Amino acid sequence: MDFINGIRNIANNYQAVFYLLTVLFFIFGLKLLTSPKTARKGNIVSAFGMLIAIIITLMSHGILSYKFIIIGLLLGSVAGAISAYALDLRAIPQYVAILNGFGGAVSALVGVSAFLQKELPENVTPLHFYSAISVDTFIGTLTFWGSMMAFAKLQGLITERPVVIPGKNIINILILLICIISGALLVNDPYNIYYLIAILVGASLLAISLTIAVGGADMPVIIALFISYAGLSAGALGFIFLTHGLIMVGSLVGASGMILTRIMAKAMNRDFYGILLGNITPPEMSKIQSGEEIYAGRVKSTTPEEAVMILEAAKKVAIVPGYGLAVAQAQGPVRDLMVELEKDGKEVYFGIHPVAGRMPGHMNVLLAEVDVPYDRLKTLEESNELLPDTDVAIVVGANDVVNPTARYAKESPIYGMPILDVDKCRSVIVIKRSLSPGFSGVPNPLFANDNTVMLFNDAKPALTELVKEYKELKT
Amino acid sequence: MDPLIAALILFVLALIIGFEVITKVPPILHTPLVVASHAMAAIMVVSAIEASGTGKTLLAQILGFSALLIGTVNVVGGYLIADRMLSMFRGDKKKK
Repeated sequence: MDFINGIRNIANNYQAVFYLLTVLFFIFGLKLLTSPKTARKGNIVSAFGMLIAIIITLMSHGILSYKFIIIGLLLGSVAGAISAYALDLRAIPQYVAILNGFGGAVSALVGVSAFLQKELPENVTPLHFYSAISVDTFIGTLTFWGSMMAFAKLQGLITERPVVIPGKNIINILILLICIISGALLVNDPYNIYYLIAILVGASLLAISLTIAVGGADMPVIIALFISYAGLSAGALGFIFLTHGLIMVGSLVGASGMILTRIMAKAMNRDFYGILLGNITPPEMSKIQSGEEIYAGRVKSTTPEEAVMILEAAKKVAIVPGYGLAVAQAQGPVRDLMVELEKDGKEVYFGIHPVAGRMPGHMNVLLAEVDVPYDRLKTLEESNELLPDTDVAIVVGANDVVNPTARYAKESPIYGMPILDVDKCRSVIVIKRSLSPGFSGVPNPLFANDNTVMLFNDAKPALTELVKEYKELKT
Repeated sequence: MDPLIAALILFVLALIIGFEVITKVPPILHTPLVVASHAMAAIMVVSAIEASGTGKTLLAQILGFSALLIGTVNVVGGYLIADRMLSMFRGDKKKK
């Protein structure tokens, strides 16, 4: 028993040091995450850091009863493990939205529990304690409801269209003001629970009003934005008890969310600071050329037989996938096509736009899942260097991200958005069901280019046929 | 030093480290990064453990317990799904 008590004493006296160790493991893990070769190791390093933090906390002297802790840890682990293995990777964005919401909820729940307990840690003044609780419960609740809304939109439970509430900016500012005032009153009178309730309700309303205005196409930005909110709420929780480990990790995650939001905002032509302030509505649609004017008489349709001839003559082939590919479950056939073309000595790569999936990096995971080696997955910048001397680009399930009007048409809502310059390839094969526009609603002149042919079909049968025809051509 | 100021300094320093390290994560790994970030943020379970273990009123205990439960889902689910995704990223020559 002495031995156990001895360890417990060390754990308690040096708790902050152990948390620092955890943070170092996290940073080292993130560092390893910068290369696909070491990333898996990095994740394990990071998980190990987490284990240290949990064990050290379990040894804390203040704990009165372990019954609920053990039940909570066991049930949570089982649920986490089952969900991780059962998940269809196309639904990763929904899963992330839930993780996000849970993160916010944990932060808010612990914040409320701290408010009820009113046990101030040493070194912490009431002003500090209750301000931190106000901020923590506000961000936590905002993150929770915002993420739940994002989940409902991604899952199709509520409309993916942006719902614009009239005067939404004024309403949002009013709600925010009410929350700030309630926070100030709470600090002044910590025994009045109604101020806390006002913050919780206000944050919930604000979250709903902010996210309901966002369209389905903009969800990647929102997902990224809420990651940084989840990080900030962890940080705020750390400020309540001055847990340094939490403050540092919250900061790390907050940074990661902000970087991803900036990348997504740039890739989607949205103002980063506007998004941070909740202004996520896309730019107004202005007068643009109609589809008929652009397409009339210029669109050439092709057949799989002809398409494989084009591919046969090529040396270097780019495949540009969009989310449509994943919707059609056509990752397998597209991999088969890559394998066939490579067998024939051709160079094949995937040009992946940051918004090709429904969250940052989504398309890469979906292609890795079907065994496409990661060195074939090229980023937007890498692809645009390769595309001018690529012979054929196959565009499948993508539209706005290859729309050349983004480069020159100032009146277009996608003007200025970085695109994959497939129109610079020698020829382009577009696999698409019809000429219907993408999320932006803008017609795509690429389809009417001289060097573009359209293969009108669903992604899966079209690619399967291409593979079949190609094999026949080679035998 | 005022402990609050010390905490703010830590917050800002970690933010800088975060920006430095995370900007170097390549776009192909952004989804695993997101999931792993959530698992890390769920270090909040340490506060949840304390809240549910030291709770003096039933309500505080219930709140702490709920936080612990869903926080653990985030830790375990987050790390496992990140591992599942990262195990799929293969180099060229290693065929199964």
